[in-house]
Amino acid sequence: MPMLEVENLHVEIEGRKILEGLSLAVNAGEIHAIMGPNGSGKSTLAYVLAGKQEYEVTQGRVLFEGEDMLAMEPDERAAKGLFLAFQYPLEIPGVTGMNFLRTAINAQRKKRGEPELAIPDFMKRLREVAKRLGIEPEMLRRAVNVGFSGGEKKRNEILQMALLEPKLCVLDETDSGLDIDALKIVADGVNRLRSPDRASIVITHYQRLLNYIVPDVVHVLSKGRIVKTGGKDLALELEARGYTEYQTEAA
Amino acid sequence: MPAVQETVEQVRRIDVDQYKYGFVTDIESDKAPKGLSEDTVRFISAKKDEPEWMLAWRLDAYRHWLTMREPRWSRVDYPQIDYQDLYYYSAPKRKAGPKSLDEIDPEILKTYAKLGIPLREQEILAGVEREGTYSRVAVDAVFDSVSVATTFKEELKKAGVIFLPISEAIKQHPDLVRKYLGSVVPVTDNFFATLNSAVFSDGSFVYVPEGVRCPMELSTYFRINEKNTGQFERTLIIADKGSYVSYLEGCTAPMRDENQLHAAVVELVALDDAEIKYSTVQNWYPGDAEGRGGIYNFVTKRGDCRGRNSKISWTQVETGSAITWKYPSCILRGDNSRGEFYSIAISNGRQQVDSGTKMLHLGKNSSSRIISKGIAAGKSNNTYRGLVSAHRKATGARNFTNCDSLLIGDHCGAHTVPYIEAKNASTVFEHEATTSKISDAQLFYCRQRGLSAEEAVALIVNGFVKDVLQQLPMEFAVEAQKLISISLEGSVG
Amino acid sequence: MKTAAETALAEAFAAVRAKLPGDRRIAERRAAAFEAFDALGLPHRRVEEWKYTDLRALIREAKPLAAAPDAQAKRRAKGAGALLAGIGARRITFVDGAFVAELSDLVALEPGLSIAPMAKALAESDPLVASRLGAIVPTDDVAVALNTAFMGDGALVRIDRDARLERPLHLVFAFGSDTASATFTRSLVVAEEGAQATLIESHEGPDGIDYQVNTALELFVGDRAHVDHVKIGIEGARAIHVSTLMASIGAHARLRDLVFTTGGALVRNQLFVRFAGEGATLALNGANLIKGRQHVDNTLVVDHAVPGGFSRELNKSVLDGESRSVFQGKIIVRPGAQKTDGKMMAQALLLSENAEADNKPELEIFADDVQCGHGATAGALDQNLLFYLKARGIPQAEAEALLIQAFVGEAIETLEHEGVKDALMGAAAEWLGSRKQ
Repeated sequence: MPMLEVENLHVEIEGRKILEGLSLAVNAGEIHAIMGPNGSGKSTLAYVLAGKQEYEVTQGRVLFEGEDMLAMEPDERAAKGLFLAFQYPLEIPGVTGMNFLRTAINAQRKKRGEPELAIPDFMKRLREVAKRLGIEPEMLRRAVNVGFSGGEKKRNEILQMALLEPKLCVLDETDSGLDIDALKIVADGVNRLRSPDRASIVITHYQRLLNYIVPDVVHVLSKGRIVKTGGKDLALELEARGYTEYQTEAA
Repeated sequence: MPAVQETVEQVRRIDVDQYKYGFVTDIESDKAPKGLSEDTVRFISAKKDEPEWMLAWRLDAYRHWLTMREPRWSRVDYPQIDYQDLYYYSAPKRKAGPKSLDEIDPEILKTYAKLGIPLREQEILAGVEREGTYSRVAVDAVFDSVSVATTFKEELKKAGVIFLPISEAIKQHPDLVRKYLGSVVPVTDNFFATLNSAVFSDGSFVYVPEGVRCPMELSTYFRINEKNTGQFERTLIIADKGSYVSYLEGCTAPMRDENQLHAAVVELVALDDAEIKYSTVQNWYPGDAEGRGGIYNFVTKRGDCRGRNSKISWTQVETGSAITWKYPSCILRGDNSRGEFYSIAISNGRQQVDSGTKMLHLGKNSSSRIISKGIAAGKSNNTYRGLVSAHRKATGARNFTNCDSLLIGDHCGAHTVPYIEAKNASTVFEHEATTSKISDAQLFYCRQRGLSAEEAVALIVNGFVKDVLQQLPMEFAVEAQKLISISLEGSVG
Repeated sequence: MKTAAETALAEAFAAVRAKLPGDRRIAERRAAAFEAFDALGLPHRRVEEWKYTDLRALIREAKPLAAAPDAQAKRRAKGAGALLAGIGARRITFVDGAFVAELSDLVALEPGLSIAPMAKALAESDPLVASRLGAIVPTDDVAVALNTAFMGDGALVRIDRDARLERPLHLVFAFGSDTASATFTRSLVVAEEGAQATLIESHEGPDGIDYQVNTALELFVGDRAHVDHVKIGIEGARAIHVSTLMASIGAHARLRDLVFTTGGALVRNQLFVRFAGEGATLALNGANLIKGRQHVDNTLVVDHAVPGGFSRELNKSVLDGESRSVFQGKIIVRPGAQKTDGKMMAQALLLSENAEADNKPELEIFADDVQCGHGATAGALDQNLLFYLKARGIPQAEAEALLIQAFVGEAIETLEHEGVKDALMGAAAEWLGSRKQ
């Protein structure tokens, strides 16, 4: 059974159709890349998987480890192991990164019936992960994403991901606005989480990130559905030839 | 349904009947006859075994009160209070007066235990370990109208600190009481303060002698238990030259259908180089979802920075009461004196809050800082009302004010009414205010990380009020944080 | 107990009511308005809106109603409005509260523009008066009630749908009499849907006479209309001047307003602005330069009654001598007025030890999805900046002038009309020059 099964998904926002029959199956241990032009529905897919309210699913279903994920609240999905690295991470004034993460990790553990993490254990893990990602502890004492540069926000997303140890990571254009060093750090964070029980969906416009996070499967998304699926070479092909043919094909 | 909409729905459903402190303690009490007259005042004074001068002071206040009208300028709305339909004195029935905690009605002790106040000294001595230090708090507990226990008397005595129920202080330290009582809030000050002056029953008295740093936090817990009983406590704190004291006040009341009246007066006096830090966590019963019941909280709190370089700092976390009418203020009389006001006011259900501060700059180079965070949810109204004024001679006066409001849902109101009066050129006053709501995107982000809607709101609100929470002593900050979540409970449930 | 001024007003009303212009309906409204005033009396400090400007204490006597201007008065008023002489505006002049045709320019009106003296419109039961007067932003304000009771003359202006006025309209209000007396002018300007206009009012008079002015303007800004309104207060040194603007802004319309005051002993400018249609934009600025014992009060209420309104208020006061400025600004966001964006800033610059600035910026908010804020500052000139300028070789007085001009300039800059901006900056410079003497 695949970890994630998306079947014939139709999604609208304010009456506008965005996804029109998208299907996708991701197995544990795999990394899938979803590429496509602007407006093809990439971010919508990410938000629908995470449960953002304003998106209305009009048809289709999403199963996560066999369970109907669309019936779950966003926090339930998170506790089940879904993580979305936001394209535009939000600022939360007055709440330190440390406090935010501890609250999140314990909320998830509580929902899973696990004991809360004691402060020293939490701090130890946080320090390790932060060090690996080259994040100064000082940054974690600041309010979440407040005053962070674009690159810092993205790195902070990867830090949260590494700490929360999700089963399925969805990275929504995490590469946008990153210089090459930051990109490598982000990729390293994702690769470290690579394991037979985990899967990732990497949403990107460019092939560049896929040099560092090598996908097992590449999908091309256009006009709300997957129009082509292939191996990692498909990404190189797209880089060379652009999206034009898929855009017209789908139209 | 968008997340915020959902939050709003849940706010609407708020069940304040979950009020955590809404239990009634079953004890026998000794009450004055219902209603207010000179006889009531004499009764209270006699019960307290007060000296003649105190009775005369009270009667003066009472006679003046008869000439006064209830103020109606604030943005709160409530039916006319029938002052003849209240009890003005209620004390737990007991023997001559407690010589030790063992003599206190065990029911009362149980009540305070339920409130989480460790009354027994041994418990307190055990302390709460926090970051390697032992913190200890001396507690004065006021039950309805009288003080039932004061802990740590011995140790405070060694330091020279006087911490007593005010009824005791009137007898034991009449000179100090006479000198300072009513010197900050005059008997004729305002309708509710004058009423308090006539009928106040108990409260705390603190005197910290010259150069003494009070060795522990002092604390009073107020609880209204009796039905139809007004609580009129009176607190007087004097920090003599170069001294320091931190004082904590906590308030709860059981659920009652009637509105209970609370009209306290707090007076602080800081002499040269002295500092007083006064923190309040108020969670009186706010009434039910339809606005029935709840405490009417009409409080006059004022600090007088009488000496040079003196400092008074008010911190308040206001989550309770059906009506809050409260403006802890500073008279910055001394040169270089400093006043601070840090406030979190949360209103939910049908609560009405009209609260803020006054910073009156009289001394040269006096400075003040106001940080106010108002959170309105449900069908409540939350008003910040503040005055900052610098008089002609207060050259170099400075103020910084920041008052932010957060609205949860669109059936509540958040209002800001600042008065800023600069009467000389060297004044530097800065004021800023903002109003915002919790965004759907922020909520979604938190929920994606695994927080429930309720946890997400609590987290964001705690972030919003952080600047104020930081001002509270550690123990209180933790309690306040919990209280914020509780009072927004049902805001998401 | 009535004050002498209140008694005098009651007597004056009884004496003149029959002679005031208007039909029976107008007469009834005058009577009702006076009754409303009479019940409350002159506002005093216990009336929250008048907390800092206690008219009961400040107006000791009510002056008699000004007589129709004679030739001498007209001659004295001839130079009025000179401040804006260079901008080519169409002038409509009122002397001692009465329209003066020979000082006005009503020839060759642009298409879509109609102008009539208010006294005439009242007397002839003009339909525009019947339908709009008192209805733009209804208020129970006492000063407006007095104005309605006594209103004599003023301008009735209508700009038709989509008409664009190239020339600014300039309402010149001058006091020309040599006896202390009172004027009550009332104007109504209707800018229909899509109309565009710049409207200027100036109020001036001699320094030696303690005359009294109560003036009111009702301004209707229709949907999509753009109106710039500038009120210039350069009254004489002993004058008492109370003005009220009642403006409503339609959907996607724009109103930019500036109140500029340097003259008058006691000045109260009230501005009541209501958002009547969605997506409207408002800029409401004030600039006061005052000295001596002047008292200038700008009080405004911005009422976001509908969603999507955008408002910016900026009030700047420069205070010298023993002068006192008052700013009261209230932003109201009514239930349902979501997506309102309202920001208010009040700044006072105190040049003298004995000046006083009172600010009361208020927010009253009943909708959650809004962005509202206000700020207020009061203080002296920034000594670091002064030092910096002096270190660059600029002498003290010039450096001060530069900083003060920059300070008030912020409130003036938002206007579109270059000529008006230059004229006001010139007036500010002149004020600074007079300060040095």
